[in-house]
Amino acid sequence: MSLFNVFAISGSAMSAESVRLNTVASNLANANSQSGDPKQVYRAREPVFAAMLNGMSSDPAAVGVRVAGMVEKQAAPTRTYDPGNPLANKQGYVYQSNVNPIEEMANMISASRAFRNSVSTFNTAKQLLLATLKLGE
Amino acid sequence: MPIINFDAALGSHQRALLIEARRAQLLASNVANADTPNYKARDIDFRAALQQAGGGAGLALAADNARHIQPAGAAGGVGGIEAQYRVPNQSSLDGNTVDLQMEQSAFADNALRYEATLKFLGGRFKGLLTAIRGS
Repeated sequence: MSLFNVFAISGSAMSAESVRLNTVASNLANANSQSGDPKQVYRAREPVFAAMLNGMSSDPAAVGVRVAGMVEKQAAPTRTYDPGNPLANKQGYVYQSNVNPIEEMANMISASRAFRNSVSTFNTAKQLLLATLKLGE
Repeated sequence: MPIINFDAALGSHQRALLIEARRAQLLASNVANADTPNYKARDIDFRAALQQAGGGAGLALAADNARHIQPAGAAGGVGGIEAQYRVPNQSSLDGNTVDLQMEQSAFADNALRYEATLKFLGGRFKGLLTAIRGS
């Protein structure tokens, strides 16, 4: 019964979106992280989604989603002159993470909406299957 | 004396139910991949699928060996329906063609049709029960 696959598909989408929400939370938490070394400072990261073209089920119509990997944003960290900061390097500069809080908020809203869509798909499939169980009663 | 034929009694509703279940799966895949780069949304043409499943307009190749490969859908099975790619209304930069609003409404529409088909099938079963009981 192919409606059972809907559970797996929506489940994969929910777990992928929760990974995305997790990274948004990490990025926002580290928005003000500083370091004296531009290579050490926190960089915003983002999950990359990929369609599960096979491996979900034997049916080619069932295409779930998975997190293929994480990428770090390449924008340069902000450099500020702050010799009083204990993290400042010899020249007196501190580097701040390249997290853009506005981008992260937009990303969060998009992730939560996608998650909610998957939940409603899941619930509809559940109702349909329950109705199928009552067939002929 | 006429024999009750389940296939004839249930009509095309049983095939419609299978196609709608499959379509729900495709649309759920589209919703799930709403943020996947380069994912192309797919859907099936319900009318064509039902015709194929009913063996009405679907053409089968003449085969004299059981191992001859039939074109997709020709066997009348629901599994062989070709899914087609959607034409995007508005293309996105990452190559994704899922329009979430459209997919959501198509999914809701399909769910309603599935429930309607269930109702019809239930009615057919009720009719059969009446025929068997004779009251």
